Amino acid sequence: MNPVNYLYLSALLFTIGAAGVLIRRNAIVVFMCVELMLNACNLAFVTFSRLQGNLDGQVIAFFTMVVAAAEVVVGLAIIVSIFRSRHSASVDDANLMKL
Amino acid sequence: METLIGLLVAAPLLGAGILLTGGRRLDRVGHLLGTLLALVSFVLGVVLFTNMLGKDGDARALHSHLFTWVPVEGFRADVGFQLDQLSMTFVLLITGVGTLIHIYSIGYMAHDERRRRFFGYLNLFLAAMLLLVLADNYFLLYAGWEGVGLASYLLIGFWQHKPSAATAAKKAFLVNRVGDIGLSVAIMLMFTTFGSFAFADILPRAADASTTQHATITGIGFMLLLAACGKSAQVPLQSWLGDAMEGPTPVSALIHAATMVTAGVYLITRSGAIFNAAPDAQTAVVTVGAVTLLYGAIVGCAKDDIKKALAGSTMSQIGYMIMAAGLGPIGYVFAIMHLVTHGFFKAGLFLGAGSVMHGMNDEVDMRRYGGLWRHMPVTFVTFGLGYLAIIGFPGLSGFFSKDKIIEAAFAKGGTEGWILGGAAMLGAAITAFYMTRVMLMTFFGEKRWVPDADGHEPHPHESPSSMTIPMIILAFGSVFAGGLFTLNSSFLKWLEPVTGHSEGDSPVSTATVTTGTMVVLVLGVGLAWLMYGRRSVPATAPRGSLLTRAARRDLLQDDINHVVLVRGGEHLTRSLVYLDHSLVDGVVNGTAASVGGLSGRLRKLQNGYVRSYAVSMLGGTVVLVAATLLMRAV
Repeated sequence: MNPVNYLYLSALLFTIGAAGVLIRRNAIVVFMCVELMLNACNLAFVTFSRLQGNLDGQVIAFFTMVVAAAEVVVGLAIIVSIFRSRHSASVDDANLMKL
Repeated sequence: METLIGLLVAAPLLGAGILLTGGRRLDRVGHLLGTLLALVSFVLGVVLFTNMLGKDGDARALHSHLFTWVPVEGFRADVGFQLDQLSMTFVLLITGVGTLIHIYSIGYMAHDERRRRFFGYLNLFLAAMLLLVLADNYFLLYAGWEGVGLASYLLIGFWQHKPSAATAAKKAFLVNRVGDIGLSVAIMLMFTTFGSFAFADILPRAADASTTQHATITGIGFMLLLAACGKSAQVPLQSWLGDAMEGPTPVSALIHAATMVTAGVYLITRSGAIFNAAPDAQTAVVTVGAVTLLYGAIVGCAKDDIKKALAGSTMSQIGYMIMAAGLGPIGYVFAIMHLVTHGFFKAGLFLGAGSVMHGMNDEVDMRRYGGLWRHMPVTFVTFGLGYLAIIGFPGLSGFFSKDKIIEAAFAKGGTEGWILGGAAMLGAAITAFYMTRVMLMTFFGEKRWVPDADGHEPHPHESPSSMTIPMIILAFGSVFAGGLFTLNSSFLKWLEPVTGHSEGDSPVSTATVTTGTMVVLVLGVGLAWLMYGRRSVPATAPRGSLLTRAARRDLLQDDINHVVLVRGGEHLTRSLVYLDHSLVDGVVNGTAASVGGLSGRLRKLQNGYVRSYAVSMLGGTVVLVAATLLMRAV
C-alpha cells in the first residue's frame, strides 16, 4: 500500500484532535484530543521514517511517547485537583487568569 | 603706597560688613562708624593724591596686584588695582562727596529706626564704586559694577514698606540688568579677541588691531555703550532714574553725584582706546548723549516733584558727559571735568532738596512750597549757588565745564559738529529754564503751604548743622571747582597722560560759544521768570500742552516700555505657554493615550478561556508554517 496514505490518515487524525481541543469543553476530552494530535504526529514520523529508509523518525516517535506519558501524569493530576476544588471538569469554568 | 589702594576699598567694605552683621547692639554707634570709615577712605585718597602730585605726569600710575582670583589654565582673572589720574579723580569725588553725604545722613535719617542698616548700605555703595574705578581689569570692574547695582537696589528700596519704593528698586535693578548684559558680552568679546581681561593688555592692542578684529571692536564698543546706558540712565534705559527718587534723599544725592550714574562715563572714558578704534560706536555714543541731554532737560521742565525735576536734570547732565566722552580725545577730559563739577553741584542741590523736604514735612510737590528763602537761609544760599553753577553762570563751576563740552561738540567738525553743538546749546537753554523754575517755585513767590495728611501745618526751619555743613562745603565746590580746574588748564594737564587729548579745530571761536551760551542762558532764565516769577504759580498743575503732558509722564517712556516690553513679553509667554500646552503636551499626552487605548483593546485577548489561547497558538503556527512554505516556494 502507498505509504502516503498513512500521511493522509495522520493529517486527518491531527485535524480531528485540533478541532476537539478547540471545540470541546470537558477537560478529559480536550486532553484525549491532545493525545490524539501527538499520536497523529507519531504516525507521521514513522511514515517518514519508512519513506526515507532510516530510523530517525522512529526514534523521535519513542521520544514523543515518553514525553506524552509524562504529560499524561501531570495533566491528569491537574485535572483531578481542579475537579476536586471546583466540582467541574469544564475548561471554560477555570478562567480566573485574565485581566 | 600700593598697599593703601587696597585699604581704600577695604575700609568702607569693612564698615558694610560690620554694620550689616553686627545687629542691634550697634544701633547707637552704627552711623558714626559708617561715617568714620568713609572718612578714613577719603583721607587715604588724599594721602595717595598728594603722593601722586609729587611725581611726574607719566609716572603717576600705581599698580597693586593682590592675588589671582581665578587661576585656571588659559583663563586668568586677577584682583589687582590700578590707581592713575583718572581713577584718582573718581576716588576723591566718590569718597569726598560720599563722606559729606554720610555726615548729612546722620541728621537726615536721625528718626529712622533702621539707620544702622542705611549706613551699612551706603558703605557698601562706596566700596563697590571704589572697586569699579580702581580695578585694573574688566573682570574685577564687573564685580564692582554689579556691587553698585546691588547697593542701589537696596538703597532705592530702603523704605521697602512703601510698595512704590519696592517697585522702584526692582525697576532700577531690572533695567540695570539689561545694561549689565551689555558689559558681560563686551568682556567675553574682549577675552576671545585679546585673551585677557587686563586694561594693560586690551587697551593698547585695541588701537592697532587688524581689520578683521575691527568689526569685533565695534561690537565691543556698542556693548560697552549699552552697559553705560543702563548704569548712567541714558536713552533708552533711562526709565529707572525718575523712580529711583523713592529712596531717601541722601541716596539720590549719592546716586546722582558721586556713584552709580558716573560709572557709565568712567567706563567709556576708561575704554577710550576701544572707542577711538571704532568710529561707528563713537557716533552711537554721541547720539545717545545728545538725545539724552535734551530728553532729560524736557522731562525736568514738566515735573512738579522737586526730586524728579532734579533727576531729569541729572539725566541731561550725564547726557552732556556721555556726549563729550563720545567725541573722542577732544572730549574725554571735559567729560570727566563736568562729571566732577556736576558731582559738587548736583550733590548740593539734592542735599538742599532734602533739607527743604525735611522742613516741609516731607512734601515734595513744588507747587506747595514758595517763599522759603526767608525761612531757610543756609539752604537757600547753598541751593542757589548750586543752581547758578548748573545753569552755567559765569565764573561758577558749571560755566567752565559745560562751555568746554559745547566747544568740543562744535570742534567735532562738519555737520555732525553743528548738530551736536546746537543740541548742547539748546540743552543749556532748557537747563536754565527748568532750574530757574525749580528755584522760583521753591524759594520765591507767595507761600502755598498746605498741611500734610495728618493735619500738621508745615513750620519750615533750617536743618541741623550736620546737614547744613555738607551743603556749605559742596557749595564751595560748586563755586570754585570749575575755575580751579581751568586755571592754567590744570585739570587738562592732570588727566591728559591717561586719556589723551587733542584740540579739535572748532568752526566757531571760544568767544562766540561763550556769548552764545550766555544768550541762551538769559533767554532760559527770562522765560522761566516770565512764566513762574512774574505770575503766581497755580496750586494744581494746569493741563498744559501735549508736550508738557507727555513730559510729565517721562515722555511716555514707561508707556512705551509697557506696550513694547511688558505686553509684548506677556503675549510672547502666553503664546509659548499655549504652544507648550497644545503642541508639546499634545504629542506627549497623545502618545500615552494611544498606547493606553491600544493596550486596552489588546488586553481583551486575555480572556481566561484556554480554548481561545489554543486558537491563537494554532493560528500562529499556521501562519508560521504558511510563511515558511511560501518562502520556500519563492
